[in-house]
Amino acid sequence: MKVFEKIVQQTKAYYCIDCGICTGSCPVARVNPRFSPRLNVEKSLLQLEGEIVEDRELWSCLTCGTCSQRCPALVDYQSFVLSSRIEARKAGREGSLTHDGVLKLMMELQTFAFPQARTGWIPKEVKTSAKGEYLYWVGCLPHFDVIFKDYGTHSLQTAINALRILNRLGIKPVVSPEERCCGHDLLWNGDIESFRKLARYNIGMLKKYGVSKVVCSCPEGYRTLKVDYPNLVGDTGVEVIHISQLIAQGIKEGKIFLNPLEEKVTYHDPCRLGRLSGIYEEPREVIRHIPGLQLLEMERNRGDAICCGTTGWVNCSSYSKEIQTDRLKEAISTGAQTLITACPKCKIHFQCALMNSDLSIEIKDMLDLVGEVI
Amino acid sequence: MPEFEPRIICFACNWCSYPGADLAGVSRIQYPPNARIIRTMCSARVSPVFVLRAFQRGADGVLVTGCHIGDCHYISGNEKAEENMRHTAELLDLLGIGKERLRLEWVSAGEGGRFAEVMTSFVEQIKKLGKLKLKEI
Repeated sequence: MKVFEKIVQQTKAYYCIDCGICTGSCPVARVNPRFSPRLNVEKSLLQLEGEIVEDRELWSCLTCGTCSQRCPALVDYQSFVLSSRIEARKAGREGSLTHDGVLKLMMELQTFAFPQARTGWIPKEVKTSAKGEYLYWVGCLPHFDVIFKDYGTHSLQTAINALRILNRLGIKPVVSPEERCCGHDLLWNGDIESFRKLARYNIGMLKKYGVSKVVCSCPEGYRTLKVDYPNLVGDTGVEVIHISQLIAQGIKEGKIFLNPLEEKVTYHDPCRLGRLSGIYEEPREVIRHIPGLQLLEMERNRGDAICCGTTGWVNCSSYSKEIQTDRLKEAISTGAQTLITACPKCKIHFQCALMNSDLSIEIKDMLDLVGEVI
Repeated sequence: MPEFEPRIICFACNWCSYPGADLAGVSRIQYPPNARIIRTMCSARVSPVFVLRAFQRGADGVLVTGCHIGDCHYISGNEKAEENMRHTAELLDLLGIGKERLRLEWVSAGEGGRFAEVMTSFVEQIKKLGKLKLKEI
């Protein structure tokens, strides 16, 4: 298999010094002894590609990037997993889908040209415009709101709050009814063809609307539009901004005023926002700026933050639950009443873990927190 | 050009609706032959994925049938089905397929005539809506 030689070249897997920091740092390997990033890299170097492709643990990787960040030889394990999954998919392998596979199906159906109705949720008091400088990227929030109704995560509220905050900052963003799935999960599950289709469509859509800045509230959308679109498909022609950056800037410029709130909170860094995009401080600045609010840091924070336990809606298992409860316990041990995260998926995953445990902590999106105090 | 004949997937529960469809057959009640009937043990077995997958594979409409409320063989399966289908309808609207292409009906084992009526009216409805075009973006 020549392909794997290429993967080894591209991800610099040949630099591997066999130190095992990756497996030692991996949140999955800590709970699942059958999973080892180091072993996978070794297999690729020993030309045992067949084993990598067949191994169902290939789909257990959270692609959270802790290993790549700590690797002294700078092996890009995330890309390694991504490329291996593309190969595994060609061989007819797939991760075991969570939620009956409904989310994957929703993504696939968005590659068909149905006239979507995705802006019906926007309340009247929120101002949007048909053309302008900014576009608000809604992402999967309306879909999550339906699928995870039973979890009480109210994902749409996050989108509404994002628009309210943008209005406060003096921005009337475009919300496009023609926006489609960014393709993040399809890409990380190795379905690069569908990803390319969606990416090309979305890039065309952004050009059609003539916007120059795209505001994302979802870290996955942010990362995909900012990094993966230009790398794998083509230039988007827009500046991609995470909403926390805009809020932090707005606070500095005195554009936004936050009301006091007496609460102890802790902040969980989503992998796509933190390790993969380097945005650690902006959400913290926003949270710290709320008068009366006390931000308590967990032991493993910023680059060392552990993942929320599942990704791409595959291979959710008792291991995922173990990772999630571990993180929730860590959050509770800080003395915080609320766990703040900036990712809608982290919120869903933690909420799910919370429902199945006797732990008690409130989980809130950063935007919902800011939405309360503006 | 021949008239558009929609392709319909009908999910029928083992205890009420499937025998209902069977009764329509043995009683020789005429109804349009557009549907492919799939028997499930309960209407609650029909997850949103079944419906979405049917559309992805080229169905023009999906009809889900089960026992009347209160008559479910598994006591409350059809109540669960109602909730499932409500969520599915919302998803269909979001995706642009449209919730009109999905219908949930209760048909008991003794209602052969009703099964035929439901099927006839659903086929009419889908004919009006036209073919679901699976054109790629």
